[in-house]
Amino acid sequence: MRIITGMPGQYIPSDYLPILIFMMIATAFGLGTLVVCSIFRPRRTYAEKLTPYESGNPPIGEPRMRFSVKFYIIAMLFVVFDVEVVFLYPWAVVFDKIGLFAYVEMMLFIFILLVGYIYAWKKDAFTWD
Amino acid sequence: MVEFPPLGPVMPEILMTGFALLILVLDLVIKRKETLAFLSVAAAAVVMYAVLGTSGVTFSGMFAADGYSMFFKLIFLLSLILSILISVKYIAIERVNYGEYYSLMLFSTLGMMIMASAGDLIVLYLGIELMALSTYVLAGFIRHAVKSNEAAVKYFLLGAFASALLLYGISLLYGLTGTTDIKGVAAYISDNGLAGNPALMLSVILFVVAFGFKIAAAPFHMWAPDVYEGAPTSITAFMSVGPKAAGFAAMGRVFLIAFASLQVQWAAILIPLAIVTMAVGNIIAISQTNIKRMLAYSSIAHAGYALMGVIAGTPEGLAGMMSYLLIYAFMNIGAFAIIIMLRSEGFSGENISDYEGLSKKHPVSAALMLIFMFSLTGIPPTAGFIGKFYVFMAAVNAGYTWLVVVAVIFSAISAFFYMRIVMYMYMKEPRREVELTTSPALGLALAISALGVLVIGVFPGRLLDLARIAITLGWGL
Amino acid sequence: MELYTLIPVLPLAAFWINILFGRHYIKDNAHWISVPAVVASWVIALITLSDVLGGKVFNQDIYQWIVSDGFKVSVGFLVDPLTAVMLIVVTTVSSLVHIYSVGYMHKDPGYYRFFAYLSLFTFSMLMLVMANNFLQMYFGWEAVGLCSYFLIGFWYQKKSASDAAKKAFIVNRFGDFGFGLGVILIFLTLGTLHYAPVFGSIGSVAGQTLNILGTEVDLITLIALLLFCGAVGKSAQIPLHVWLPDAMEGPTPVSALIHAATMVTAGVFMVARCAPIFSLSPTTMAVVAVVGGVTAIFAGTIALVQNDIKRIIAYSTVSQLGYMFLACGVGAFGAGIFHLYTHAFFKALLFLGAGSVMHAMSGEVNIQKMGGLKKYMPWTYWTFLLASLSIAGIPGFAGFFSKDEILWQAYAAGPLGKFVWVLGAITALLTAFYSFRIIYLAFHGKFRGTEEQKHHLHESPKSMTLPLVLLAVGAVAAGWVGIPPLLGGTIGIEHSDKFGAFLAPVVGHPHASVHTHAEEWAVMGLSVLLAISGILAARYCYLKNPELPVKIGEKFKFAYRVLWNKYYVDELYDCIIVKPTFWVARNIIVGITDGKIIEGVVNGVPAAIGRFSESFRKIQTGFTHHYAMVMAFGLLAIAIAVFFF
Repeated sequence: MRIITGMPGQYIPSDYLPILIFMMIATAFGLGTLVVCSIFRPRRTYAEKLTPYESGNPPIGEPRMRFSVKFYIIAMLFVVFDVEVVFLYPWAVVFDKIGLFAYVEMMLFIFILLVGYIYAWKKDAFTWD
Repeated sequence: MVEFPPLGPVMPEILMTGFALLILVLDLVIKRKETLAFLSVAAAAVVMYAVLGTSGVTFSGMFAADGYSMFFKLIFLLSLILSILISVKYIAIERVNYGEYYSLMLFSTLGMMIMASAGDLIVLYLGIELMALSTYVLAGFIRHAVKSNEAAVKYFLLGAFASALLLYGISLLYGLTGTTDIKGVAAYISDNGLAGNPALMLSVILFVVAFGFKIAAAPFHMWAPDVYEGAPTSITAFMSVGPKAAGFAAMGRVFLIAFASLQVQWAAILIPLAIVTMAVGNIIAISQTNIKRMLAYSSIAHAGYALMGVIAGTPEGLAGMMSYLLIYAFMNIGAFAIIIMLRSEGFSGENISDYEGLSKKHPVSAALMLIFMFSLTGIPPTAGFIGKFYVFMAAVNAGYTWLVVVAVIFSAISAFFYMRIVMYMYMKEPRREVELTTSPALGLALAISALGVLVIGVFPGRLLDLARIAITLGWGL
Repeated sequence: MELYTLIPVLPLAAFWINILFGRHYIKDNAHWISVPAVVASWVIALITLSDVLGGKVFNQDIYQWIVSDGFKVSVGFLVDPLTAVMLIVVTTVSSLVHIYSVGYMHKDPGYYRFFAYLSLFTFSMLMLVMANNFLQMYFGWEAVGLCSYFLIGFWYQKKSASDAAKKAFIVNRFGDFGFGLGVILIFLTLGTLHYAPVFGSIGSVAGQTLNILGTEVDLITLIALLLFCGAVGKSAQIPLHVWLPDAMEGPTPVSALIHAATMVTAGVFMVARCAPIFSLSPTTMAVVAVVGGVTAIFAGTIALVQNDIKRIIAYSTVSQLGYMFLACGVGAFGAGIFHLYTHAFFKALLFLGAGSVMHAMSGEVNIQKMGGLKKYMPWTYWTFLLASLSIAGIPGFAGFFSKDEILWQAYAAGPLGKFVWVLGAITALLTAFYSFRIIYLAFHGKFRGTEEQKHHLHESPKSMTLPLVLLAVGAVAAGWVGIPPLLGGTIGIEHSDKFGAFLAPVVGHPHASVHTHAEEWAVMGLSVLLAISGILAARYCYLKNPELPVKIGEKFKFAYRVLWNKYYVDELYDCIIVKPTFWVARNIIVGITDGKIIEGVVNGVPAAIGRFSESFRKIQTGFTHHYAMVMAFGLLAIAIAVFFF
């Protein structure tokens, strides 16, 4: 099916036209660079050239390192409580305007987080060992 | 001062939240996880009861407890109960008998319930994410198994991708219409003659992709085989029914209300999608050797059949789609229950060849599997036939006879791989001793699904009437 | 509750009892459940027949299934002359086969299972013939197919048996697909599936057309052709005949009941039942007649050279079914059903006789290795001979009356009728020849089997010979209810025999022909002459000059090979349907996940993408990023399709 643009009475998002043009230029530039380079660049590979570059030193071990899962747990807990605080600020600012409803809602929110907190505590998420 | 919104319509969800949190906390004190399973089933039953008595709109139209959502919530809760019942013994065998399992299932179901009731795209998104995040974790629940981990990561990454596309769709729509309210969007589109707008079409396409991912429609189905195979079998059963149905619930509401004036356009997108989905699902399923993978492709194919109800775009089509999903819940979870029975200590029971000669030693289980396979094929005395029949009828009445012809061809092809299981069970000699793992809960789940398949097969009129009433009861409140 | 309800319910009850308790409790006493149930059904069927002869027609819904928004499905029975005839055929043959199986399946480990399936089949077949609406018929239709699947694959340990079962099932799905569509189309056209309103109002849509892919198609022709698709599958007509000969892998009683007397004739029954629809479409009628005639001669030629006794009879069945369709196609539905009815007796008898021979020969089926069995098994020989005389169409025997009726009706039915009459007449010659080829090779001459087999030769037990004798009575006398007026039979309406007059209210009667008695005599005389010459030719070739067939085979090597290989139809299907299907499945998945599909999609995308497409292909290794890529491509494809087409 063809979408015919510019029919009378139709909404045309002309305000967004620059964005569209921008997107097109960005895409064309990105792809164009790659295409042009791949056409013109010389391609002479040998073993030395293919080794990973680490500031002139020979690479040590795998590039992918494993961290203890505990770091992730701490990070997640941090995010959870961080987000809580983010929500609390605007709530506190307009608290006097929205009254009981907002109060109940925030208490529910904190309560649910509290359940999560208890859960995390009981699961020993806060102890390092 | 902000008015306090009525909480009546949202009561089942509130209850569900409370129960899910309760189970999470109780897990810390209860050592016997079977107790948690029992409590979860009880919770689901209570919520089901609450769902039946709830109706109305709240949060200024953002949340609608209408007949449509009620029907879907019953599907979700049913699949939740059945999945919990088949899990009890299974997760012990997999050595992942943790309480979070049940809590996550409840949360996931909560997400689906919110999706079904969403009257606003933001609420819809909230529901999708709640459902999906819980399911990601569940897919990787067997954390000592590489396959399960892989399933979870794949599902998560691709799910995030799909969510992002959904958000693009929503934001485009918001940009065009200035609202995220589903009915508001519809009103704006028809009032301002937006129907041919390319940006709007782009938004429709993004919705198609996002929902296509949730219901596992080709070509957005790529995750399904890997995830279904890797996830714990009980979760595969759960995932293949609940989230799929939830995806259809959201799809029905968004496409038939918000995009009602674009029906011709989105139908033109969905028709090839449905055909490709049926083709991919049915043809690739033939060459599978792992039964979970085979049922994954089968699940893709069934999404194709159910899509035809949406394509029809009539109340009849929606009713057919809803009945189809309910029937699918029974037959698919039933089939997975049998697969779980074959899983025992040190034996996966996931190969199709493991079913050879099953009828010799375990005639009852083989007979049940036969019923489910017949139903999935769509052979008359079972519910599967009824489901297909209603959907096809609706499509024919909506003028898509040729699409029905295609669908019938594909469902004929599907007989090949479903009947192969039956043939293995009844016409081959057992290659090895297969011990079944049974438990009262599993037996109950099997009884419910088999009864569901047969009773709907024999008295199907009620079901369709119910689905129709559900739609007329305040569809699009 | 109506007495008629019991006819299908009794075998169903027998099935459930045997399948649930057979394994552990009933075991070798299974026949004590099934046989009385089926015989009781037979008795009720006789009562039904006398009711119908008394002019009673019963048409009533017994049980409402779905009632929803103008759509109604119910279980109901229609008992009219056509049903009555089918009831007699089904219950009679089924009872006798049940009894025969007591001896034949003796000591088989699956004894109870066999009886359970046999009873289930009987139930399904009865539901099919007694239905008063299309959906119930569809139910019976699928159910008999399923039972056939179970019973062909009854000895599933044999790979050939389970393969044959699969083949039968899959081939039938092709036909059933058309049948299902036909039924749906009927509902969409007329809003009901019950026979009475459908047949009552089908005339009102005459001339209406339906637009399919831009072509206007006559609605009634389309419906009739779709229904006929089902009949072609079930009744093993060209091009879906391939499953029936393979189905002979099942136990012989199954071949007799399902693949000779009842299930395979369901197609003929259905066409006759839908006579009001078919009659309105001359195109379909011509198709039916030609398919029937061609199948008749086609299968008859194959039967000439086969050596497997059961397969010869199987091809003979295909051929005789062709006859029945030929009759229906020229409008003589009554004659088709008449042949169905006589055929049930003599063909079941042939199969049971063959089973008896195999029983004595320790499972040997090659007639070249038999010979001289006449003196060892006299009961089997004489009954087999009567059946062969009947199928060959020797005057006085059942087959003569029905076959003559068909040939005469075909001859009298215009130019197309003349054409199919020629096919039918040639087939009559072939029929006589191959039937007596079995007689002479198996029962006459010297025994050519091993010494050990010879030592074991014996007549079968009473439970097997009794059904043979009873069927032989049918094979001889069943036709006497339809003696044509020409030979002094009772004159019904419009030059019709008694049988035709009985069925006429249901299936109508071909228009009164304007031909003379002399022509009728000539047609009859010719077919008798052909039958006799067929028999004599067989006698000459196989009894007098046993060398001759070999010489002929060598001389016409090509023709012989083509016939021996059944015209290579199986090979053809293997090539154009089976292999490509497997190919598609294998090549899409082997070794990889869905990955390669995408490869195909990417290859399909115009080469303009060139190098990039190559790069994309390299990274498609089945990893998550590649899945995401597929999604993105899907999105892109939809977007392109929407915005540019």
